[in-house]
Amino acid sequence: MVEKTFTVTAETGIHARPATLLVQAAGKFDSDINLAYKEKKVNLKSIMGVMSLGIGKDAVITISAEGSDENDALNTLADTLNREGLAE
Amino acid sequence: MSTLISGIAASNGIAIAKAYRLTEPDLTIEKRSIEDVQAEISRFKEAIQKSTVELEVIRDKAEKDLGADKAAIFDAHLLVLADPELINPISDKIQSEKVNAEFSLNETASMFITMFEQMDNEYMKERAADIRDVTKRVLSHLLGVHIPNPSLIAEEVIIVAEDLTPSDTAQLNPVYVKGFTTDIGGRTSHSAIMARSLEIPAIVGAKTVTSSIENGDLVIIDGLKGEVHINPTPELVKRYEEQQVAYANQKAEWAKLVHEKTVTKDGHHVELAANIGTPKDLEGVHQNGGEGIGLYRTEFLYMGRNDFPSEEEQFEAYKAVLEGMAGKPVVVRTLDIGGDKELPYLQLPKEMNPFLGYRAIRLCLNEQQIFRTQLRALLRASVYGDLKIMFPMIATLAEFREAKAVMAEVRQELLDGGVQVAENIQVGIMVEIPSTAVMADVFAKEVDFFSIGTNDLIQYTMAADRMNERVSYLYQPYNPAILRLVKMVIDAAHKEGKWAGMCGEMAGDEVAIPILIGLGLDEFSMSATSILKARSLISQLSLEDMKKLSQDVLELDTNDNVKEAVINALK
Repeated sequence: MVEKTFTVTAETGIHARPATLLVQAAGKFDSDINLAYKEKKVNLKSIMGVMSLGIGKDAVITISAEGSDENDALNTLADTLNREGLAE
Repeated sequence: MSTLISGIAASNGIAIAKAYRLTEPDLTIEKRSIEDVQAEISRFKEAIQKSTVELEVIRDKAEKDLGADKAAIFDAHLLVLADPELINPISDKIQSEKVNAEFSLNETASMFITMFEQMDNEYMKERAADIRDVTKRVLSHLLGVHIPNPSLIAEEVIIVAEDLTPSDTAQLNPVYVKGFTTDIGGRTSHSAIMARSLEIPAIVGAKTVTSSIENGDLVIIDGLKGEVHINPTPELVKRYEEQQVAYANQKAEWAKLVHEKTVTKDGHHVELAANIGTPKDLEGVHQNGGEGIGLYRTEFLYMGRNDFPSEEEQFEAYKAVLEGMAGKPVVVRTLDIGGDKELPYLQLPKEMNPFLGYRAIRLCLNEQQIFRTQLRALLRASVYGDLKIMFPMIATLAEFREAKAVMAEVRQELLDGGVQVAENIQVGIMVEIPSTAVMADVFAKEVDFFSIGTNDLIQYTMAADRMNERVSYLYQPYNPAILRLVKMVIDAAHKEGKWAGMCGEMAGDEVAIPILIGLGLDEFSMSATSILKARSLISQLSLEDMKKLSQDVLELDTNDNVKEAVINALK
């Protein structure tokens, strides 16, 4: 399993469009991908799971992936977060 | 046998077409035990598959016809449909409890809907609506019933609905929608304003249209008389077709005035401008000979989407309007949100009296980031035409001064950054709160112009909610109380050498226009479709006679007597 921690920089947090982008990206991989925030952990392929976390600016989040393409998955998601100016 | 239903004539013209019901089908479900689990799961998967295909078509069509921001909502729906946390538990439940797919879907989705609805966050509560929408779509496929997909309409129709929300109308393709009729609403409700801007006839507040009209019924919308005819006789259809021709001829007659100035028969000029909501509306403005934009309602930029429009997006829209008007004046109203106009991504607490609450300039002065972004976009666009900026819902001079100060700061920031901003941008206010009308002489020393917003001014002066049909009799534009306030505002402006306009419904009203000409109103801003008719009317009036008439009616006692006096004077 691989994992990485990010700090959310986007003013509006991980809402609407950002959540859509992340879930769309995660859906392309076979690995199990999770998103953890505070005490909660959700399936990153689940839009409802991601939105239910209510992640705001400055939140510290951890993305973990486990499976055949876990490295690719984690890199792609990290890229998406950086490119969209969501988190670093 | 033809059936007649009467309602409120909200937009002019006549339409004859088949009915398209924008209403919810019966999605009642029952719990059934099943034997063949695999078959039931396949049935469920098939319904998901059909819904996905359908949503993809709608998404692509919305993107093509209405733009990417309007299509985004369907992207969110597609993700919900593919959400393993929703889909897997439904299949599991079918398997473990041996229940039918409809029941399993409904139980599971309800759990999520409740969870989202209970969150202490407006945005999350809105997500419950997404899940509900998606659940309905899948249910409709399981049950084999049809749910309306307005964005897929591909033939001429008349829309029949209980009410039309901004997001409903955003999905309608004006090429095919010939008219609409709704159970609820009034002349100033959102659906009515949309109909006038789309130039299609509409009857609102018709109470029983959804219970009386079936899909495919032939319907006539008479937007002149406020009548809806269901399954009319061939004779009636023929009569209305003749009226359509007559109306078209009348419009052709008016169309000759398209490049004319608006002058009374004794040579007094006034400006006839248009109210618009988006750059797309400019086409109608040009076709109808608008001499300017008297009200650009910028809130449409913010509606029907998931997030605030960026500065760049706003800049492009403002620039398009300014360039489109080629140097003619464009009055842009800064964001008027709150009250009955909500944004899903702007979380505001529910209020007891939204019309008297946290909205428009009150909100903008408090949430300054929103306001500053809009002002930056506006000032950047100012070099592309004759921009005038107007603040809505100003109640006190302090508010106006503060808004102007914020604008001055934004302007300085832009100039410091080397960005060009036009000199001498006129800054004015909407006069829609009685306190401001009463203090107009004081305001006139500081503002560059007034624009009287009559819909709200009437509602606040008469203390009558314009959305409440039971007090709609108090919507009295000719009440001398309103006319006296209007006169105060116009006189105050002229005393300081400023101009006064009007951008409410009243500005395009045939009874009000003669009085307003007499009171000296400088600019009349209305639905583009009303302009040529108003120009034709004004060309038959004399300023001297109207001055006398307005003096007389200001001394009258009631709304009805004023109306009668004007009608008699014009005979």
